Amino acid sequence: MESVTLRVLDVWAGYEGSLALMGLSLEVRTGQVVALVGANGAGKTTTLRVISGLVRPEAGQVLFEGRRVDGLKPHQITALGIAHVPEGRRIFGRLSVLDNLYLGAFVRRDPAERRRNLERVFSLFPVLYERKNQVAGTLSGGEQQMLAIGRGLMLSPKLLILDEPSLGLAPRMVDRIFDAIAEIKRQGTTVLLVEQNLVEALELADYGYVLQTGRVVLEGPGARLLESEIIRSAYLGL
Amino acid sequence: MTPDLLVQVVVSGLLIGFVFALISVGLTLIFGVMDIVNFAHGEFLMLAMFAAFWLYALFAVDPVFSVLVCGPLLFVVGVLTHKLLIRHILNAPMLAQIFCTFGLSVFLKSLAQFLWGPNFRSITEPLLGGRIEVLGVFFGLPQVAAAVGAVLATGAVYLLIYRTELGRALQATSEDRQTAALMGIDTERMFTLAWGIGAACVGVAGALLSMFYYIYPEVGAVFALTSYVVVALGGFGSVTGAFIGGLIIGLVQVVAGFISPAFKMVVVYLVYMAVILWRPQGLFGRW
Ligand SMILES: Nc1ncnc2c1ncn2[C@@H]1O[C@H](COP(=O)(O)OP(=O)(O)OP(=O)(O)O)[C@@H](O)[C@H]1O
Ligand SMILES: [Mg+2]
Repeated sequence: MESVTLRVLDVWAGYEGSLALMGLSLEVRTGQVVALVGANGAGKTTTLRVISGLVRPEAGQVLFEGRRVDGLKPHQITALGIAHVPEGRRIFGRLSVLDNLYLGAFVRRDPAERRRNLERVFSLFPVLYERKNQVAGTLSGGEQQMLAIGRGLMLSPKLLILDEPSLGLAPRMVDRIFDAIAEIKRQGTTVLLVEQNLVEALELADYGYVLQTGRVVLEGPGARLLESEIIRSAYLGL
Repeated sequence: MTPDLLVQVVVSGLLIGFVFALISVGLTLIFGVMDIVNFAHGEFLMLAMFAAFWLYALFAVDPVFSVLVCGPLLFVVGVLTHKLLIRHILNAPMLAQIFCTFGLSVFLKSLAQFLWGPNFRSITEPLLGGRIEVLGVFFGLPQVAAAVGAVLATGAVYLLIYRTELGRALQATSEDRQTAALMGIDTERMFTLAWGIGAACVGVAGALLSMFYYIYPEVGAVFALTSYVVVALGGFGSVTGAFIGGLIIGLVQVVAGFISPAFKMVVVYLVYMAVILWRPQGLFGRW
């Protein structure tokens, strides 16, 4: 039987008065890449923020490896092994590339594990090795995204959450980011991916969810979603 | 100016500048991590000076030793300030935050007046009294000792922030709280730590100053005002800026005081305004 890494059950959440999620449920199976797609404002980022504890749900449950994590503080959830690479990258621009990476490993103190993860990140993104002593704020947008992903990998995450990793990047850089995600998947890391680049995301994903105003309106294997009527008409304009 | 006099003025300026630097590093650290100006910073200093005084008067412990008590004592004061007060106003409007620490300053001053009266006190016979010769010029030994102590303490804070895992977490929290939390950093703990270390800086500085400065409830204002100038000059939140700024203001004050004692603070503010006009973010500011 396949095991489930993350289960979100009937979650309601919002911001001061306005509800962003209305009974959202989803599941991420171990070792899979799951894509979360939907229009602007559908609630994708809010979903991820509920999972990592930045937004407290008003109702519903979040289970990580069978254990309830809603109600825990963000740093406690991170310590359990969920790495959230936030929308807009949010690297620490005043610190060096290496400092950023070590911050990703803040709760992982074993030097051998750190070295292994650092090697993994550098082989995935060699440019980060070349720039390891540079102040992170001076990196290009694409390099900053690589750093944000690399920082997440430094946790040895059991679940890697990526919020629009290709946002605002040049097409060539978008391809490189998707190549990296494919490689991360191949290495066996479980990924929950939010993307605007629907085709690439759903081609890569084992399973996908389509969100509309805080609810899942469609779900299924990535390839099948791509052929669905909703996706083709509403999102791809076909 | 004769060469001797020049050495006298420059070295005196640097000596007090190191103490300004330590006080300002504490202030800038709290601001950098919290985005809150601690208007009670001077009163923390005053508390430390009184602590050193009473340890001396009641138990005959010289400031050279009580500095090791005053630092940790003020660390606790800083932690309590955060836990009892600041924690509850983190998301309050800026004005409320200003009145909160400003109110704390008024409260601590009044408390000191009430408990110990308005009198000027001093440590009459410090262990390190008298004068020593540096480069052919004589300096008060307490001043030299205070400068050495301040350099050591500032160096320790610097190493903590820039050379340790905890310091890296403090820097990350200072730059982006939410993302720091996503790294697994307990930001609430970092806030508490920033208040503790920031207050411990004046804890050490207060004990050092008590060796040669009068101790009275209003004494904090003298140094607080200077440290606000230092921090603005060096750049809010910049530890390096606070250090360099402290030395500059120390020098300026002593040189100006030598030329015209009545106008020394005027000159300090003039230098400050000149720098701010030229570089509004301060020398090492980040925006
Ligand atoms: N900090 C906030 N305060 C108030 N409302 C918010 C906040 N963040 C998001 N919202 C609202 O919540 C709803 C869901 O937003 P969310 O950011 O989760 O959408 P999204 O699917 O990630 O969109 P995008 O593609 O634009 O990133 C939107 O209506 C948005 O306006
Ligand atoms: Mg979003």
